[in-house]
Amino acid sequence: MISDKKVIKVENLTKRFGSFIAVNDISFEVGEGEIFGFLGANGAGKTTAIKMLTGLLLPSSGEATVAGFDAFRQSEKIKKNIGYMSQRFSLYEDLTIAENIRLYGGIYGLSNKHIKEQTNILLTKMKLIDYKNSLIASLPLGWRQKLAFAVAMFHDPKIVFLDEPTGGVDPITRRQFWDMIYEAVSEGKTIFVTTHYMDEAEYCDRVSIMVDGKIAAIDTPSKLKQQFNVKSINDVFVRLARPNMALNQ
Amino acid sequence: MRTILFLIQKEFLQIRRNKQMLPIIFFVPIVQLLVLVFAANFEVKLVYVTLVDYDKSSSSRSLVDKFASTGRFKFVSDYNSEKLAFQEIDKNIAKMALIIPRGFERNISRSEFPEIQIILNAVDGAAAGIIQNYAAQIIYDYNKELVKSMRLIQTQPTISTITVKERYWYNPELNFKFYMVPGILVVLVTIIGMFLTSMNIVKEKEMGTIEQLNVTPIKKYQFITGKLVPFWIIAMFDLALGLFLGKVLFHIPIVGNIFLIFGLASIYLIVALSFALFVSTVTETQQQAMFISWFFVVIFILMSGLFTPIESMPHWAQIVTLFNPISHFIEIMRRVILKGAGFFDVLQQVWILTVYGMVMLILSVWRYRKVSS
Repeated sequence: MISDKKVIKVENLTKRFGSFIAVNDISFEVGEGEIFGFLGANGAGKTTAIKMLTGLLLPSSGEATVAGFDAFRQSEKIKKNIGYMSQRFSLYEDLTIAENIRLYGGIYGLSNKHIKEQTNILLTKMKLIDYKNSLIASLPLGWRQKLAFAVAMFHDPKIVFLDEPTGGVDPITRRQFWDMIYEAVSEGKTIFVTTHYMDEAEYCDRVSIMVDGKIAAIDTPSKLKQQFNVKSINDVFVRLARPNMALNQ
Repeated sequence: MRTILFLIQKEFLQIRRNKQMLPIIFFVPIVQLLVLVFAANFEVKLVYVTLVDYDKSSSSRSLVDKFASTGRFKFVSDYNSEKLAFQEIDKNIAKMALIIPRGFERNISRSEFPEIQIILNAVDGAAAGIIQNYAAQIIYDYNKELVKSMRLIQTQPTISTITVKERYWYNPELNFKFYMVPGILVVLVTIIGMFLTSMNIVKEKEMGTIEQLNVTPIKKYQFITGKLVPFWIIAMFDLALGLFLGKVLFHIPIVGNIFLIFGLASIYLIVALSFALFVSTVTETQQQAMFISWFFVVIFILMSGLFTPIESMPHWAQIVTLFNPISHFIEIMRRVILKGAGFFDVLQQVWILTVYGMVMLILSVWRYRKVSS
């Protein structure tokens, strides 16, 4: 399913905040239809990188194109082609599920009829149709996360950025999440996902592991395990992020 | 356009769900209008006076009676020495001391120069000035009567005195409320509009919801318009409510064209609200936004000509008030409501507000950042 066409190209991308370098000279490419896992410890620079690719943050130097548009100069064009789910829940808690979907559908220029139909289809599929008119504030975390994902996907973007979508979510909901991700990929979408659950890394086509602002390793999960001669991505991660700890084991 | 409508709808949904918001929109203006109009009143109803009458003559007695008979002055004490009277003023019991020296009556009858002394507590200078005015009026009347009675006695050719007949235009009964209500209405819509607006974008920053909006292809002007229009509608509604109450409760004569009032208010509110939006774009927390809004609103109100005339401010302050949108709109409201001024009579203010509004609107669109650096 993964085509040769690269929808995200990043070269020597760097972000400095004063003297602190949050993202340090990273380079990678993501192919169309790929599930690209962006792994790293807290504070490794994942969110900073994602914000540069989604046009929320201006890079300091390097090059990045997303969906064929330049992250420095064409961030508004990028925004037309992507969906984004923030690490911090960012839908309106004082609006209902349907109202949130309607708002974003409207902003992306979808017709009222389309919004109405798709909302019902989507909520039925997610088994949230009975809660269509409930305020977000009243929903449990896992449902909110699923909904945030649905809103990020609603306008049918080519590339979807998911920043820690399963953080704090129970295992069953996490499983449903990955079902939704696979379904999106089957429709031809590209998924860029950050996570710190290493078992989820195994579901990705390729993963990169970020350590202190740099990409320490990037490949398919199986090749990475082979390269480091370990059984799981978790072990690869520990090797890279905490070299001393790995040696002691 | 459609995007803006979606945003406006969203703001109204949120306002409707916010339990604190409805009282702010409906009751605050009513309370403000009632309290401020009654409280911000320059009239001095009753002055407590301490008397020192060294003359104790029929003339001094009749002068005192003249003061007392107006109902504005109440004599609370009567001393034989100034020292005791001054203590009354020191202790804030009396606001004014009336001192009639020995020989007052004798000087009158000899046509020499009768003198009296008035001492005022001028801690509140404005009130002291008003009391002095009342007192001068009474003494003037007393004088006139004296001259009249002199003419009857004396055989000298009479001296004619000039009498002044005042007519107070636009507010013939000098009703203080007529003067205050238009100004207070301006303050009221400004406070509501500016505070609600300045808190709004910053609240989205605090909640994190702005990130989801910033990642959409929404245009900056769409976002700013979507934030401005809901509060503009609310402020216009509050203006209508205030005018209605002013008419019903205080019988404010609305001489000017009501459509002109709302037309000019719509320009003014764009100035006030885009000022608030600009504050909202440069701040990161609701606290900061609140503080900065207060800072400007207080300066704008104190320098607006609402309580003290702009003409009596120092020259530099008068120049500063050119940048004070509140003062221009108070000027417009007073002139249109009380004098019936037309569009061309307030053209200068309209120009200033229009340019001001455009500048602030452009500034807030420019300053709103979808991409942070």
